[in-house]
Amino acid sequence: MLPTPDTSHVSFDTIYEPAEDSYLFLDTLSSASESKWLTERFQPSPTTPNTVPLIVEAGTGSGVVLAFAAAQSQEIFGRRDVLTLGTDVNRNACTATRETVTAAIRSQQQQSVSAAHPPLQSVHISSLTANLCTPLRAGSVDVLLFNPPYVPTEDVPQLPSAAQNDPSSLTASLEQSRSAKFDSDSYFLSLTYAGGTDGMETTNQLLDAIPDVLAARGVAYVLLCRQNRPEEVKERIRGWGGWRAETVGSSGMQAGWEKLVIVRIWREV
Amino acid sequence: MKVITANFVTCAVKECKTSPTSFPLHFHDAELEQQELNFQPEFIRNIIPRIDWEGLRVTANELGFPSLPESKPEGEALNNEQTLQDLHRLLMETQVMEGKLICGNCGHEYMIKEGIANFLLPSHLGKRNIINQQEVMLANAPSSLS
Repeated sequence: MLPTPDTSHVSFDTIYEPAEDSYLFLDTLSSASESKWLTERFQPSPTTPNTVPLIVEAGTGSGVVLAFAAAQSQEIFGRRDVLTLGTDVNRNACTATRETVTAAIRSQQQQSVSAAHPPLQSVHISSLTANLCTPLRAGSVDVLLFNPPYVPTEDVPQLPSAAQNDPSSLTASLEQSRSAKFDSDSYFLSLTYAGGTDGMETTNQLLDAIPDVLAARGVAYVLLCRQNRPEEVKERIRGWGGWRAETVGSSGMQAGWEKLVIVRIWREV
Repeated sequence: MKVITANFVTCAVKECKTSPTSFPLHFHDAELEQQELNFQPEFIRNIIPRIDWEGLRVTANELGFPSLPESKPEGEALNNEQTLQDLHRLLMETQVMEGKLICGNCGHEYMIKEGIANFLLPSHLGKRNIINQQEVMLANAPSSLS
């Protein structure tokens, strides 16, 4: 089994702690069938220039999934040279992700020195405080990863303001009262799971952005829970015209249904 | 935030996406830091195809880097070690730690602090905002209510 990136430096007060859904992501990306598919997809061909892929994760949390993709890029994508970029609405998660991904790359590089493999070149280029893919250029993303806030809830919490994400106010939070800290932490944690109607409100925003933000060879992996009605979501994507959507990973049977699935979304070529 | 990032981002305001002036975003008051990374010519060579060269030239100029070649290196120029080294230094080793990125279309300023840029929009520019819809409704209510 490939090593899980270290997240021991992350404070989980406001950040989602890697759980079953995160691990399903790691297992799916590194499964024999998925890594074979991705490796073929991102192999240089005689007709196209050999271009380094950009891997983007929306809502990185601790950064464990993006770090895994970066550090295990040879096993997953058949390439030692990927660029990674993460977004999250919580600035703390951005700081954590930067550390998680760079540390995972460094640790993999140190191992390959002893194993005499060609060194890993992958580079984490940025963690951005942003809502999903909103700042990304059209056609720029080769691989998009999304483990959404998928729990059905009455409302989706409001996105944090610039002030709530200011490094000085985040430091000031160390001195705030226990109850104020509890409220602020609970709010940031609610952003990690509260998905609104059918748990799909944030996921729908991301799905809407996919045709614009994905490169022609691009592919998106989106995790869904049973209450999100994965079969309907896949049908909807197929209705875009020229798009495919298949379940490529699943875990946890519940009354004969998978509790969590990962759907791969890509253009027909 | 590595400089190469500027080649992949644009204004987060939806209405700006179609405007050519929303890319590249313009660096102001940028504080840079160099972080040494192993130079891999092949890596840089395979990054060049995905670079918007005009955009990168604007960015390089704003950050005070010696001007890049006028057109994107192709063919034999891709074997020019010096060009590849310059690009490695600019794209991979240079980090923007403080400053802002400004949209040439709407003028919105995205702050960069401790190497992390903030692309969250104020509520009147973003879409999702239940509480603020209520605020707008209150603000639009007849003055007798307030």
